[in-house]
Amino acid sequence: MTLAFDAILIATVLAVAGWTIAARETFAAVIGFVAYGLLLALVWVRLAAPDVALTEAAIGGGVTGVLLLGGAARLRGVVAAPDAWPAATLRLAAAALSATVAAALAAVVLLLPDPAPTLAPEALASLPATGLGNPVNGVLMAYRALDTLHEKVVLVLALIGVWSLAADRAWGGIPGQRRPTRRDDALVFLARLLPPVGIVIGVYLLWAGADEPGGAFQGGALLAAMWLLAMMAGLVTLPAVSSRWLRLALVAGPALFLAIGLAGFVIADAFLAYPEAWAKPLIIVIEIALVLSIAATLGLLVAGPPEQAPPR
Amino acid sequence: MSLDVFSLLAIAAGAFFFLAGTVGLLRFPDALTRLHALTKADNLGLGLVVLGLLPRVDWPLGALKLIVIWLVVLLAGATVGQLIARVARQARPSP
Repeated sequence: MTLAFDAILIATVLAVAGWTIAARETFAAVIGFVAYGLLLALVWVRLAAPDVALTEAAIGGGVTGVLLLGGAARLRGVVAAPDAWPAATLRLAAAALSATVAAALAAVVLLLPDPAPTLAPEALASLPATGLGNPVNGVLMAYRALDTLHEKVVLVLALIGVWSLAADRAWGGIPGQRRPTRRDDALVFLARLLPPVGIVIGVYLLWAGADEPGGAFQGGALLAAMWLLAMMAGLVTLPAVSSRWLRLALVAGPALFLAIGLAGFVIADAFLAYPEAWAKPLIIVIEIALVLSIAATLGLLVAGPPEQAPPR
Repeated sequence: MSLDVFSLLAIAAGAFFFLAGTVGLLRFPDALTRLHALTKADNLGLGLVVLGLLPRVDWPLGALKLIVIWLVVLLAGATVGQLIARVARQARPSP
């Protein structure tokens, strides 16, 4: 029974992936990509990796989908005609390269010895020292904290990249195009009803992440989604990118993470090390700051570069 | 036993509504009728599936979670249906 379910799921994922590549319209391809992300989240659930599934649904299906939809909407007037597509040889070369990478990855996975080499027992054995109950969070915030720190810094760098696309006159101004004045009643209704629920679930994901599937990234993505919903409905106006508190919110997470990491030289024995008695409270404090920065960064990434002149 | 039969019947009925919605999506002539088939059938179909699953989960937390999922899908489906219908009506040439 589960085998039949898995087979159908895999066939659907492959079919949606193929359809996304083959789709001629940008908009249709983006819809295919979102469906693909959600199906992939189901695959992760079947592989007993609920943390990855939550991230895939929130980032792969949600935030990336909205980013690509925004891109597709901006390209609507200037999409190249089908005959202006890249030459067949170029497309064939791209297909061959992708197929080679896929085949190599498949070979690596299939050639793994059985049982596959794993660090899971060591990770579980050291987990009590961090005070956390969720081994995934232990890896993210303790064993491989350096990777997580880099990841959050990269997110801020990506936002700086988006902001740098601003025209000179709009620099320091409000992100995104001016919203149409006519409000959509249905969207306004949703944007009033859903955020109270979404904010509670986002904070819950952050808090539960210490011991159960969840964490700062998933919670932050959900908070960003609620902000975006209110933004799209025209219920909130975005702050100008020159606003000081906005910039503080963006760097609060990575900066606090780095500061506590540096303090590790003094209070523990290495960079990004926590003294054992303080590990869990420190990790929670870092995650609270991170969730704020992640939500702000993801929301502003979707909002785009500043396009309206700064307020005088 | 009777609970199993109840679950089976409710989930089968839910699956039937999903099927009916999909057939409607494929067969109906324009965007508005397709949307009607899809949202109505899906809301009812998911409601029946949730109803069928209720006796099989912990009361109250598991059951409440399922009901909340259904309510959130109802809300999202109704809103998105409205939004798509509005765009479809604007795009349609006036009769």
